[in-house]
Amino acid sequence: MHAFTAHFAFEFRTGIRNKNLLLLNYLFPLGFYLMMGLIMTGINPLFQDTILPAMSLFAVLAATLLGLPDPLVNARESGIFRSYKINGVPAASILAIPALTTALHLAVVMAIICLTAPLLFEAPTPQNWGAFLLVFVVATFTCASWGVLIGVVSPSTRMTVLYAQAVFLPSMLIGGLMLPYSMLPEAAAAFAQLLPATHAMNAFNGLAMGAGADFSPWGSLVVLLLSGLLALGLAGYLFSWDSRNTERRGHPLLALLVLAPFIVGLLMF
Amino acid sequence: MNDIMIDVQGLRKQYGAFVAVADVSFHVRRGEIFGLLGPNGAGKTSALECLEGIRRPDAGRLRVAGIDPTRQAGKLRQVIGVQLQAAGLPESITPDEAMALFCRYHAIAPRYDLLDRFGLTAKRHTQFHQLSTGQQRRLALALAIAHEPAVLFLDEPTAGLDVHSRAELHGVMGELRQQGTTIILATHDMAEAEALADRVAILLNGRLAAIGAPLELTAAGNGLTKVSVHTRDGLLLATQSPIPAVTQQTVKEQYAIYFSHNIGQTVAALIAHVTDRGDELIDLRVERPSLEDRFLELTNERP
Repeated sequence: MHAFTAHFAFEFRTGIRNKNLLLLNYLFPLGFYLMMGLIMTGINPLFQDTILPAMSLFAVLAATLLGLPDPLVNARESGIFRSYKINGVPAASILAIPALTTALHLAVVMAIICLTAPLLFEAPTPQNWGAFLLVFVVATFTCASWGVLIGVVSPSTRMTVLYAQAVFLPSMLIGGLMLPYSMLPEAAAAFAQLLPATHAMNAFNGLAMGAGADFSPWGSLVVLLLSGLLALGLAGYLFSWDSRNTERRGHPLLALLVLAPFIVGLLMF
Repeated sequence: MNDIMIDVQGLRKQYGAFVAVADVSFHVRRGEIFGLLGPNGAGKTSALECLEGIRRPDAGRLRVAGIDPTRQAGKLRQVIGVQLQAAGLPESITPDEAMALFCRYHAIAPRYDLLDRFGLTAKRHTQFHQLSTGQQRRLALALAIAHEPAVLFLDEPTAGLDVHSRAELHGVMGELRQQGTTIILATHDMAEAEALADRVAILLNGRLAAIGAPLELTAAGNGLTKVSVHTRDGLLLATQSPIPAVTQQTVKEQYAIYFSHNIGQTVAALIAHVTDRGDELIDLRVERPSLEDRFLELTNERP
């Protein structure tokens, strides 16, 4: 077995074995999905139309933004990265493998949601499954890259929670998961366009669900992809092997560059 | 035994304005156990981390098995094994998984035999955080030597271990030395360094305060040899006897205790003194100054 494969297999098992990760990868998203399916479809019938993309995206946000960064910070602080470095584990593997295993867990969760939502909540299925999977993959890539970047730049687990919630909470509130983007006031809508969740929901609606996009869905996909690539590059650039951070190549504030594609998108759409 | 495996010339490492290691030079020969001693903050870990390729030195020339740790990281990893002070393993990893993972990255088949050798057979599928401190240390050592490194760095390998686990680890270190592995042992435990190390270096405030074989270092100090004598009639307890080369004399329980700077003269005179007066020697103990005494002497000399 190749080293990367062995490492991937271990990290994937960790996603189930570790109680926090199990909670954030599976229990929280699926529990929330069931709860929202039962409650929200009664309160807001429009929610039924977006339950598949919204709850799949919720799973992505929970697993990547809340689940991914903390183990990275803990591993750095407890000397695991140093141990990896000594034993030849490349930085690329340290950053990529947790993101990839999280993506695999998310694929399982998304499949569960897609299989059960039509049966349990009479949720409409995507008109274009290919586009649905494409948006899901791109959204997962972007959010996972953001999660990894947060783990890289966060100096402590306490700050990790703050950074992650700074993206997660607004995404939940105004990212189009609970309320349609079109219902947001102008200022909130502008702010919402800085969030990956907004663009992901816009792309889901426009390309996969046949519900009509609020702005260019392909543009949203490009913005997400560019931001994900930027986040991944910045994570590699700002990565440090230990907590003293003496050999970090740039200031952590550089991480804010991931917003650049969204700002451009805001001006264009 | 004469080839140099580690060569350090003028090593300097600083963090901001704080100088952790300043102009340190030493070498270690193949098959040696080399003790690196010093109080907290003396620069031991920084020096080790530069040799291990974890940190880049600010100045100096380093060679580990002929490899420059700062420029040849890939080659270095093939020849060194490191047991870090902190465990450095994910909480949920099992010994089996850790062995598989690290061996794969070293491009060798997993050395599960080492888990058996270090008494971890029954714990092969137990998560790391559920292992005892001793088992965690043994696992770390097994992982460090799995690829049969020529140079092994051990940072406080026996800290927090019970007597049996310490003895086991000391046995393993002895075996590795027999096999020709060069070992750098950073420790606070003077008795451990004295018992295991062929040579030791004492670092103080980032500088090399002393280097040599433990016996040489203790002999070079100002310490006095302690002689404790117990006789049948307690002859020596009653009076302050004029014994040659003795600078201090005291009594503790049934023993008369002397501190001598010439042990030969003192012991011969004591035996003669006791037998000439019809008393009988029950017990005589000689304790030369330990490495710890020398270490304390050095640390007290330097603020």
